[in-house]
Amino acid sequence: MRAPTSDLPLLLKDVSLDAGDTPILRHLNLTITRGAPTLIVGPNGSGKTSLLRLCMGLARPSAGSITWGGRADSGPVRRAIVFQRPVMLRRSVAANVGYALAQAGVPRKARAERVANLLDRVGLADLAERPARRLSGGEQQRLALARALARSPEILLLDEPTANLDPAATRAVEDIVLTAAESGIKIVMASHDLGQVRRLAGDVIFLVRGALCERKLVVDFLDNPSTPEGFAFQRGDLVI
Amino acid sequence: MSDHSSAWQLVLDGDPALFAIVRLSLAVSLSSVALAALIGMPFGALLALTRFPLRSLLVVMFNAMMGLPPVVVGLAVYLLLSRSGPLGALGILFTPSAMVIAQTILIVPIIAALTRQTVEDLWVEYRDELTAMGVGPAARIMTLLWDARFSLLTALLAGFGRASAEVGAVMIVGGNIDGFTRTMTTAVALETSKGNLPLAMGLGLVLVAIVLAINAAAWGSRAWSERQAA
Repeated sequence: MRAPTSDLPLLLKDVSLDAGDTPILRHLNLTITRGAPTLIVGPNGSGKTSLLRLCMGLARPSAGSITWGGRADSGPVRRAIVFQRPVMLRRSVAANVGYALAQAGVPRKARAERVANLLDRVGLADLAERPARRLSGGEQQRLALARALARSPEILLLDEPTANLDPAATRAVEDIVLTAAESGIKIVMASHDLGQVRRLAGDVIFLVRGALCERKLVVDFLDNPSTPEGFAFQRGDLVI
Repeated sequence: MSDHSSAWQLVLDGDPALFAIVRLSLAVSLSSVALAALIGMPFGALLALTRFPLRSLLVVMFNAMMGLPPVVVGLAVYLLLSRSGPLGALGILFTPSAMVIAQTILIVPIIAALTRQTVEDLWVEYRDELTAMGVGPAARIMTLLWDARFSLLTALLAGFGRASAEVGAVMIVGGNIDGFTRTMTTAVALETSKGNLPLAMGLGLVLVAIVLAINAAAWGSRAWSERQAA
């Protein structure tokens, strides 16, 4: 097993990200610590996905610095990400989870039991031998969650995991996320769904056009937005 | 039509000389494909995943080498293995080993180039997930080769097609020695020039049938395993 170093707190200091000449994120200062789920909220193109990729370490900021538990440039050890459209490996459901466990350094002997536990946790135990790419969208999201949880993360980054799901599948994913949060995993999740923010969030990072618009506890954000954009969002208006 | 019937007659009679030739041909081309896969697949995957100066040159070279003329490869291997050549001491010129070496050289570029393309495409899809899982470089190659296994079967078949159809290289380095290095293609060439058309046709038919059968088997196993695991 790997050294029990911590990836928390996750610290972004004056972080900007450009794609060529286009600014994606501008001068973000964020601290993410243990606690209730943080939801990154904002319209499409506001930089939610880019922010998650930076938090995962998949992209480097054009300016500013990111540290995980005080370390810059750390490998993805105690954190995991579920992409908006997760890629299923061309293997069975169980083998997808087994692969993630192997990559996280779990010894071969311990894997079978952990695979069963994880599949149980996301409600896919019955589909263990099914080819992963044959699963429905909701099932694929749950498998991606199982793979992410296989890494025993401290921080779990989720990029609109319910964007294309129906209410039942959304409920299943949200239940898994809440259970993970209760077990002490810090959830950082992108969403543009007001209802989801109400159901899950402890606090909210509100991004508009790549800049931090508001950072508040969810009750404050929903009841006392301090910006016109925040006000429009909590009213259910379209924020562009 | 009498030529046809006598050609089939040879096959139906189970002519031992004919079957020795078929056996050797299959042994040589299948060993070449296996050897070329062991070299070409990891190499192609490595080429797909690494960036270094002159990489594009190497990619273009491998693509061009897919069309390498067999007689030229045969000649090069002949020079290497001939008594006065650098590897002459091995004494394997005019043996099946020499034929396997020549055919492996012919097929490696095909398998490497097709593997590179396949793995590169798959890497685009897998990059973020594998990076997020912290997968190291060696494990990446294994993962991509395994997950591309159905597409890579096509690369193997392309290699087998070239090996089984090829005359020039095996003729030069094998010498078409009766009962020892005579393959189906060299025998067809010889029998045709001797005017023994029934035997030439019989061999030709067997060759085509075998190539068909192997492709059908590969297709079937791909369809079956895709249903199981993809």
